[in-house]
Amino acid sequence: MKQQRRTLLKAGMAASTLAVAAGANLLTPRMVLAAWPEQAFKAKKYPDAMQALIGDTQPVDNKDITVKAPDIAENGAVVSVTVKTTLPDVESISIFVPVNTFPLSASYEMSNMADGFITGRFKMAKTSDVVAVVKAGGKLYTAKKAVKVTLGGCGG
Amino acid sequence: MKNKMKIRAWMDKDKTMVKAIIFHPMETGLRKDKKTGKKIPPQYITEVACEHNGKSVLNCMWGPGVSKNPFLSFRFGGAKSGDTLKISWKDNTGNSGSSEAKIG
Repeated sequence: MKQQRRTLLKAGMAASTLAVAAGANLLTPRMVLAAWPEQAFKAKKYPDAMQALIGDTQPVDNKDITVKAPDIAENGAVVSVTVKTTLPDVESISIFVPVNTFPLSASYEMSNMADGFITGRFKMAKTSDVVAVVKAGGKLYTAKKAVKVTLGGCGG
Repeated sequence: MKNKMKIRAWMDKDKTMVKAIIFHPMETGLRKDKKTGKKIPPQYITEVACEHNGKSVLNCMWGPGVSKNPFLSFRFGGAKSGDTLKISWKDNTGNSGSSEAKIG
């Protein structure tokens, strides 16, 4: 009898935890509120950072993504970058600067209300491409833009 | 650090444009203090959450490669003039902040 009561209690607890989890999911539809991807941000090599963030899938070049950045950046500490895309169902936009000590600069998770548009200012150690990786409709796409940096912006 | 964030949000046709600046040093941990020669410890924003009427619109995850006093601009649909937009952030040292703006 006692044993049964224990199992019943346990079952009850498990069920309520599930209910809470489901409730949380309902509140944030489509947004996978993943924890800060520490491994991807701390990776010091570009392929490692890419792999830690998106896995082994190679993103495909796509013309519907525009990376807007200056051709020549005088100050690498502040390089304004805009990523725009007309792809439907954009889930996330990530920005990489391959030559930086930490190549992954930022990753933006969009809800279904947000447009495929983001502007930010990033640091660039030296002349390099700025690479945008867009996840849309479950697939990965990429585009890049070369930026010439005359004064590096990662200190040292 | 009294005025930690500036947010502007306005209606552009049926979409809402948002521009925000968060005042934050964004130290990478790679820079050296010129006087002492010691490394300045890293302090950078890791997460920024943007909410419209309590509903998440955009979730940013940042690394030390984002510039000092980070600028953020994005666009979203489903809001109207007078609604509230809230942006909150936290950094790797446990600091956090948030600010609200009315959509104009």
